[in-house]
Amino acid sequence: MTADLRVAIVGSGPSGLYAAEGLSKAGCDIDILERLPAPYGLLRYGVAPDHLKIKSLVPAMARILGRPNVRFLGGIHVGRDIDITSLRELYDVLVYATGAAEDRPLGIPGEGLDGSRAAREFVSWYSGHPDADPSGIDLSATDVVVVGAGNVALDVARILARDPEELAGTDVPDHVLGRLRGSDVRDVHIVARRGPSFAKFSTTELREVGELANVDVIVRAAEVDGTDAATADPEQLRNLELFREWSRRPRAGKPRRIHFRFGLSPAELIGHRRVDQVVLDRMVPGGSGTWVATGEREVLRAGLILRAVGYRGVPVAGVPFDEHRGVIPHQDGRVVGSAGDGQYAVGWIKRGPSGVIGTNKADAQETVATILAAAPTLPRAAIRDPQAILDRLGASGVTPVTWAGWLAIDAAEVARGATRGAPRVKLSDRKEMEATALSAQARPDEETRKTA
Amino acid sequence: MTFVVAGACVDVKDRTCLDQCPVDCIYEGSRKVYIQPEECIDCGACEPVCPVNAIFPASDVPDVELAHVEANLRFFDELGSPGGFELIGPQDFDCLPDQRLDR
Repeated sequence: MTADLRVAIVGSGPSGLYAAEGLSKAGCDIDILERLPAPYGLLRYGVAPDHLKIKSLVPAMARILGRPNVRFLGGIHVGRDIDITSLRELYDVLVYATGAAEDRPLGIPGEGLDGSRAAREFVSWYSGHPDADPSGIDLSATDVVVVGAGNVALDVARILARDPEELAGTDVPDHVLGRLRGSDVRDVHIVARRGPSFAKFSTTELREVGELANVDVIVRAAEVDGTDAATADPEQLRNLELFREWSRRPRAGKPRRIHFRFGLSPAELIGHRRVDQVVLDRMVPGGSGTWVATGEREVLRAGLILRAVGYRGVPVAGVPFDEHRGVIPHQDGRVVGSAGDGQYAVGWIKRGPSGVIGTNKADAQETVATILAAAPTLPRAAIRDPQAILDRLGASGVTPVTWAGWLAIDAAEVARGATRGAPRVKLSDRKEMEATALSAQARPDEETRKTA
Repeated sequence: MTFVVAGACVDVKDRTCLDQCPVDCIYEGSRKVYIQPEECIDCGACEPVCPVNAIFPASDVPDVELAHVEANLRFFDELGSPGGFELIGPQDFDCLPDQRLDR
């Protein structure tokens, strides 16, 4: 099926780019509006630096952005630099691929203390996200609690515990590597409120933790033995088997330890300004799938607690939003509710924060099919000149980072990597990134008009 | 380590996994599909969507299915690394355990 639609995709993470690929192949003209100066979303700012194989997806994503009818416009914050009403005048179709930028709180006393952070903040910091807290994460505590039973919890525990020299050959920014080298962290406690067979870890990533050279993995037999499998999911059964194996593994006296703790739920954080104790409720199955507190409590001394209990989407001004689920309500990808025609969603803002990168491919295909099926009857935008958005942004004093601009950032990162024996070292300062990009965008109007 | 498609796929070939694979590294033979180990990026998208639970991490293949690991490799003896299933399309042969190249 082909269509001559003019499309704006908001967000350049995997789901947005897979949507761009499908729409581009169908003959649409696509602008990708990205809030950051750099593309790739969570592929760049979520996938852990030591997961090099997943990062090898970048060249395939770059080919999508390099397609002749796809235009990258970075550093544009939709809702602030340009609003939805304005975009609807310029595009036949808007696709929201804004992800899930907010984290869920624990909702317990003491959560506001220093040393209580979202895992996302730690991920953003070690990924060199331009919006990460520049003071970084304080790693002066010996014990860290990570709350959650998914792959984000594994990522942050692994980066905290892994020998930092193993990260020198990755793209982590220099200041991050320096902080990790000076880290006092010795024990990372991953705390899950249910039993080991309920954990959402992928077995591949779980196994990786057990293979870290300088880390002992510690599992308490009492917390895994006698627990019901309670699942028919083969991955969760494999995880359970792995935890049982680890519970019998003797400690090797390695310099750091990752403890997996089950049936514990944070009840309160205690400390004077800064967290120093995490109070945990012992949990047991309470029937019909719920887990309930027994009244027994355990206290872990820890100076840092990172919560990895889920992400949620952030509303886009002027677009319907399901506050409860933290997603844009949709039917097969078409935004429903008060939205007018021509608005669609893809990725985490559509289905919630679940799945792996590849999950977005099928997700995007669904939305693309819905768009192409509606194409013959969709109302067309009044203004169809590709220059129009640049003029409007320019009037607000905003100069987008173009594809050529990003390629200049990319080249600067590769050059910086050479100084450390890494394929690349990320730039993380937004001003430096923008200056690098703009120096290569001598004639942005001409260059971004390649689709014209 | 990559993922491997085991025996449950034979003569089922549901192909849902092909839509999920972000690098298009799952190749269709005549009776089952095969994962190109050098192209697979270990993302794990294919495993949970398989309706017959035929896909395993290579390190977690059940003993009775281990022969499929070697058979999967053998499928790419001549194909090598084609760079994406879309580029070559379905193949008219298979590599199954206890069986020579079945053309």
